[in-house]
Amino acid sequence: MTTTATATPARPMIAGRALIWIGFAALLVILPLLFRSSLALTMLSQMGYLVIICLSYNMLLGQGGMLSFGHAVYTGMGAFIAVHAMNLATKGTIPLPLVVVPLVGGAAGMFFAALLGYVTTKKSGTTFAMITLGIGELVAAMSLMFPSFFGGEGGVTTNRTYGHPFLGLTFGSQLQVYYLIATYCFISTGLMYAFTGTPLGRMLNAVRDNPERVEFVGYNTQWVRYISFVIAGFFAGIGGALAAINFEIVNASDSLSAVRSGGYLLFTFLGGATFFFGPIIGAVLLVFASVMLSELTKAWLLYLGLAFLLMVMFAPGGIASLIMMNLRVAKFGKLGRLLGVYVMLALASAVLFLGIAAVIEMVYHLQLSDSLGATVHFLGFSFDAKSPTSWMAAAAVTAVGAVLFTLARRRFARRWSDVQGEIEAMLAQEAGA
Amino acid sequence: MSFAVELKNVRKSFGKTEIIRGAELAVTAGERIAIIGPNGAGKSTLFNLISGRFGLTSGEIHLNGQRIDGLPPYEISRRGLARSFQVSNIFGRLSVFENLRCGVLWSLGYKYTFWKFLAGLDDANRRASDLLHMIKLDRKRDTLAMNLTYAEQRALEIGITIAGGANVVLLDEPTAGMSKSETSRFIELIREVTVGKTLLTVEHDMGVVFGLADKIAVLVYGEVIAFDTPDAVRANARVQEAYLGSVLADAQAAEAGH
Repeated sequence: MTTTATATPARPMIAGRALIWIGFAALLVILPLLFRSSLALTMLSQMGYLVIICLSYNMLLGQGGMLSFGHAVYTGMGAFIAVHAMNLATKGTIPLPLVVVPLVGGAAGMFFAALLGYVTTKKSGTTFAMITLGIGELVAAMSLMFPSFFGGEGGVTTNRTYGHPFLGLTFGSQLQVYYLIATYCFISTGLMYAFTGTPLGRMLNAVRDNPERVEFVGYNTQWVRYISFVIAGFFAGIGGALAAINFEIVNASDSLSAVRSGGYLLFTFLGGATFFFGPIIGAVLLVFASVMLSELTKAWLLYLGLAFLLMVMFAPGGIASLIMMNLRVAKFGKLGRLLGVYVMLALASAVLFLGIAAVIEMVYHLQLSDSLGATVHFLGFSFDAKSPTSWMAAAAVTAVGAVLFTLARRRFARRWSDVQGEIEAMLAQEAGA
Repeated sequence: MSFAVELKNVRKSFGKTEIIRGAELAVTAGERIAIIGPNGAGKSTLFNLISGRFGLTSGEIHLNGQRIDGLPPYEISRRGLARSFQVSNIFGRLSVFENLRCGVLWSLGYKYTFWKFLAGLDDANRRASDLLHMIKLDRKRDTLAMNLTYAEQRALEIGITIAGGANVVLLDEPTAGMSKSETSRFIELIREVTVGKTLLTVEHDMGVVFGLADKIAVLVYGEVIAFDTPDAVRANARVQEAYLGSVLADAQAAEAGH
């Protein structure tokens, strides 16, 4: 390894990075042209602002080691201020084109993060988590005390098509709204990525890894956490405002709830908190889960809980880490050796899942939709939830699936460690040469 | 004249137990001081007091003539005092280079900057690269700190400590847990990277102590009972009685046993 060897990869890396960003922008532009249904457009719009929200959440969780249970406070306050700003603009009280409303939401998110975060970020670890939970509950409770601002149970409605068209855009159509969201999504993602490469961004990682040591290299860990928290609040507010523009209604019992905060946490984690792009995957999953999975089965929250549990146990780095681990294997040309075990694992998981899902569906059906008769329709199958045969069949499939899965998992684990060993050997050889 | 580090009647109690009982010490700039003493004498506690990790019960600590007791660790660090830890205290999920750069940033005035890219901070990157070279970990530049060997982590620990350019450096048992050959190489490293600095170190290895230190402070039951050149300390009857006699006897016994 000489200087030339270390200097040359820099250029392709910059080029590669530029390519990723151009690809991301192109994807944002093209997606609504590929998926033209109104459902698809609705989902894409939701993904757009959820990407911003989950990334802002991960500034705390993944980059700063701050487990927040109250991120909905900042998205929600961003949404409420945005809605009121839009309504004031509709009345003509303030001149405010719709395209800058997300910035108003961002400012609101930032303001409340600066206000409430001062208390929150005084502590780290478990204490931090508990304080965010407390503040989340506090704000949610407060929203019931000020119905004139939070709109009570009905929430606050607005109309985004106020004022003069902006560059010919009225934002009456969902497509125009999507592109507004996509633009903010791209810029916010870029800015949050840039943040990871700044001195504060790096010290935030250092605070996550070892807050004590940070104090001995001159940094006040509270300030590192606080400033980062305020920046995360800004982007959360933008995301909340975009959600408000999208739905034209904000409801406190939903937007400020602990459930909402929990959702951001859950999907950021599922997507992968250890990599910058993980929360983007999480946001996409969040929309798929809440829109499509909920159509598919009434027990969708249960499946979601199961998925979360499995992820925490077997892949704590989330989907992003699974991708990166396999990319590494592919880089060394060893992915082919894993294909066989992956297919086995997939088939075994499918059998196991089918068995478990059949049991879950039958239980749900008997408990909740008894009036609809005994027949369960699920994944194209129909079966009688009251007949012992169905239960025995489901139990048998589960048992067979469990055995197959155990076998496949063992074989996979062995093959995986073999491949990792080979890669280590290749690396050692390279270093020695 | 003012001393680099000066302790005036420093006391520290945990509950009802007084650990540091009126310690006095005045270290001249540029001196290398080793603090020795039996286990439980309060050596590490003394470092924790000087570096601001714990607050004092009473007394005063001055750094280059400025009073620093009561200040938080980062304020003391900014005034030019750095310390290492007995157990490696590094940023595990950051690369070796990033670890060193984190140690450099504040001293170069970057503070809480979030409007500049690290990649463009030539002075910080150059300084981190220099440090990498000084602690001889060039080849491990991009390795995550948690994947380093024990000795490498100890070297990184020293690297982070000196990164900010502090003129007073406290090293808490820098060679603890190292083999004999590693220790002698490591002492060379410490000597190199602390040239011109005031050095205070807690050390158990008497070979290291007598080889490295200009002066030795003997701490027994929270009091500095002797502070003098190595030869004078060796000859001090009180030190012999309280601590050094048994340690030297042990060392000689170990030597004879080989």
